[in-house]
Amino acid sequence: MTLLGKLTWQAIPFQEPLPLLSGAAVLIIMIAVLAWVIVRGYVPYLWREWITSVDHKRIGIMYCILAGVMLLRGFIDAIMMRTQQAMAYNAPGFLPPSHFDQIFSAHGTIMIFFVAMPFVIGLMNVIVPLQLGVRDVAFPTLNSVSFWLTAAGALLVNLSLVVGEFDRTGWLPYPPLSELTYSPGVGVDYYCWSLQISGIGTLMTGINFVTTILKLRAPGMHYSRMPMFCWTALASNLLIVAAFPILTACLAMLLLDRYVGFHFFTDTGGGNSMMFMNLIWAWGHPEVYILVLPAFGIYSEVVSTFSSKPLFGYRSMIYATMAICIISFMVWLHHFFTMGAGADVNAIFGIASMIIAVPTGVKIFNWLFTMYGGYVRFTSPMLWSIGFMVTFAIGGMTGVLLAVPPADFQLHNSVFLVAHFHNVIIGAVLFGVFAGYTYWFPKAFGFVLDERLGKWAFWLWLIGFWVAWGPGYVVGLEGMTRRLQHYDVAEWHPWLVLAEWGVLIILLGIVAQIAQIVVSIRTRERRRDVTGDPWDGRNLEWVTSSPPPAFNFAVLPDVTDQEPYWDMKARARELGQLTRPEPQYEPIHMPRNSPTGFVTAFFAVVTGFALIWHIWWLVLLGLAGAYATFVVFAWRDHDEILIPAEEVARLDRANRAARSAALQHRQLRRESQPESHE
Amino acid sequence: MQLAGCGRAQLEPAGPISDAERTILLDSVVIMLAIVVPTIALTIGIAWWYRSSNARARRQPDFVYSGRVELLVWSIPTLVIIFLGGIAWISSHDLDPAQPLPSKRAAIDIQVVSLDWKWLFIYPKLGIASVNRLVVPAGVPLHLTVTSASVWNVFWVPQLGSMLYCMNGMAGSLYLQADRPGVYRGLSAMISGDGFADMHFDTDAVPQGRFEAWAASTRGAGPALDTRAYEALLRQSIDAPHTYGSVRPGLFGDIVMQRLPPGEGPRGGVADVRPVGLK
Repeated sequence: MTLLGKLTWQAIPFQEPLPLLSGAAVLIIMIAVLAWVIVRGYVPYLWREWITSVDHKRIGIMYCILAGVMLLRGFIDAIMMRTQQAMAYNAPGFLPPSHFDQIFSAHGTIMIFFVAMPFVIGLMNVIVPLQLGVRDVAFPTLNSVSFWLTAAGALLVNLSLVVGEFDRTGWLPYPPLSELTYSPGVGVDYYCWSLQISGIGTLMTGINFVTTILKLRAPGMHYSRMPMFCWTALASNLLIVAAFPILTACLAMLLLDRYVGFHFFTDTGGGNSMMFMNLIWAWGHPEVYILVLPAFGIYSEVVSTFSSKPLFGYRSMIYATMAICIISFMVWLHHFFTMGAGADVNAIFGIASMIIAVPTGVKIFNWLFTMYGGYVRFTSPMLWSIGFMVTFAIGGMTGVLLAVPPADFQLHNSVFLVAHFHNVIIGAVLFGVFAGYTYWFPKAFGFVLDERLGKWAFWLWLIGFWVAWGPGYVVGLEGMTRRLQHYDVAEWHPWLVLAEWGVLIILLGIVAQIAQIVVSIRTRERRRDVTGDPWDGRNLEWVTSSPPPAFNFAVLPDVTDQEPYWDMKARARELGQLTRPEPQYEPIHMPRNSPTGFVTAFFAVVTGFALIWHIWWLVLLGLAGAYATFVVFAWRDHDEILIPAEEVARLDRANRAARSAALQHRQLRRESQPESHE
Repeated sequence: MQLAGCGRAQLEPAGPISDAERTILLDSVVIMLAIVVPTIALTIGIAWWYRSSNARARRQPDFVYSGRVELLVWSIPTLVIIFLGGIAWISSHDLDPAQPLPSKRAAIDIQVVSLDWKWLFIYPKLGIASVNRLVVPAGVPLHLTVTSASVWNVFWVPQLGSMLYCMNGMAGSLYLQADRPGVYRGLSAMISGDGFADMHFDTDAVPQGRFEAWAASTRGAGPALDTRAYEALLRQSIDAPHTYGSVRPGLFGDIVMQRLPPGEGPRGGVADVRPVGLK
């Protein structure tokens, strides 16, 4: 045994210029950013205000930034895959199989675990406590640990680009291919340890949010008054708590197989590879709903706000959400109808899967009736929502089709399937987080994003998606299976070239999104959201200023209805003044910043890296460091800071003044043109 | 639509199974389109009609609940799913891959072994075997028993129908039939390593007479598939089609019962994979 375990210079892929160059480019960018931060003297600010922050809004923003950066990484993988398949008709293309296989595995892993998950969790972080009318989540430091562990997992995945290799078996590493015999490299180990580390973070997020939503709500906010986004967040986090331990256990068993010669999933020695597939999908199918339910919640908020109407069929929506939450645990077998189970088993799981379409259909209809009779404003969040409803109708249909076992016998693992899940992941989850991001951006940052570029981004994404994945449905029906590095079927080629164009249109959409951020930041002064309510919103997140103060609410709101803020506004408009007199301000206790999350994640990266490369002394060191961090945190003396009443009063008075002014302004405008409405 | 002309796959079936599956597929799509198309049209229509600048639209800002609408929005998808669920239940049983096909002719047994990265087809009654080329008589039911000597693969001939997992230590049963002579593309539908893209094969469906002639000419010609020859197949490679003139009796059973070792995986870390068709 050597000091560095399996790690040698051979781990650096000198013979493959592509990953090395891209890795070098990323490294240079990272060093440049770091140098800029240090030279400009931003380090203390970043450390104090962000890295050690336990404020749910800051943590949420960091989650979204992580998701955005990883989206770029995952998207580069997508361009490479589409280019390879556009080139590789009777030709080797530019990626050898060993590299191509890593790319599709990394693309899926990154997009699900490090784009979709952090984006959804980030938006929940920013918004759920605000909508509940409370000052933070139940366990603020734990929240910071969750984020940093997720970031640690993302870092390890990206490290595999330049040190060693990534998993080559797909985004779910099915044994026996992922066992040591067939995947002797470190790729599967990178996959497993990254997800073990980030998975712990996700599980803690689940616990944190379930507790927050169940136990911390503003006075008067009964379950039947909770905004729909909070309901879907509750459902999603219940699923996290129930499903992520299965993933952790499943990967732990695979790791035991690989590291110490167990036989959970090897086909020799009494193992059973089919068990892995059952376990991974017992997590994997709920995971789909962990992602999509909060997106449904976002659509509910956006459609209601921009139709200037309460959500239609609120109770129905709750039943639908919770029905999806429960049924999603009973359908995992539809991912492998073609394994050879009997007709009864297949039919039962097929029908159970179809049943999910009922509450989902109810949701679509309820959004339709929310728009019905309203004042629909076509802002970019609303465009994403309508684009979703149209796109998702098709994606849902192909999903139900795949749930018919005999149809699945001819579509399983084909590009048709890949087109289906991109249709729902892009068309529902990604469109949803983009809608939510645009909608809540002013709340988080205090200014509104540029609408024109936002609409460009929407149309480019929508068209790009259909040009990229419409052909996927076609080649899937022409018998093309997924993950082909090259092929010799002439019929597939033109469609795959067309798909390449689609991905380039999406690239333009991403360029528009980046331009939107840059332009909006540069012109932020005239985009200021002064009142804290730029869209004429209906729920409590719009009561407070944009961005909200650290304590969110000077006085916890009193909830008397399902749309508390809308009622407050209606009464204020009647009275012609703010409804509540200035309260008696009191000092507020807030949790103290803590480097625990960051330091724990540092040791987690060290431990994970050491485990991947079998550097056992470093494993012990990393674990000891993480444990010491925990002990130091547990023995802390001061865990709260006090915000003085004067500071609370100053911030709240500014917000009240802005709202009063807006109210007066509105009153004057109405008197001059009584016909108009907003 | 271009779909009809593309061919060579699921939508141009060449056997009873793929034909029935295409019917199920198209029927399900049509049933769902009956609700999906109006939903899409309504989405766009309602959003556009109730745009805030439309002076002619009648506004109902308090229309947030209606028992009748609730009944409607729950019952429409429920009815569709009851209908589709019925189709799923019946067709799952009718098209169970392990169910023998009704036919006057006896089914021919073929044993399928997926290897890294090639397909081995053993004809136990005829005592011959073929690599990367499946020759079958047209109009005769095929009883395929599939397994894997190594990692998982999925046996799939889209124009014949149902795919089935090939797993080490398991024997799956699959009945298919080619109704008419032709060459049908077969492939693996699950990633199995670096040589995966080349794990495809031609299925030659030929008239009964020609099939018998092929079997006769193969028997006794070429190498024998004994334990040693089989162990050579366990090494990772991409092979051109070839045949074996004889097969050691009980070979398939020994593979399934794991009396023979599994595929050995990559040697020295990385396999030398050079596709046959590519230089």
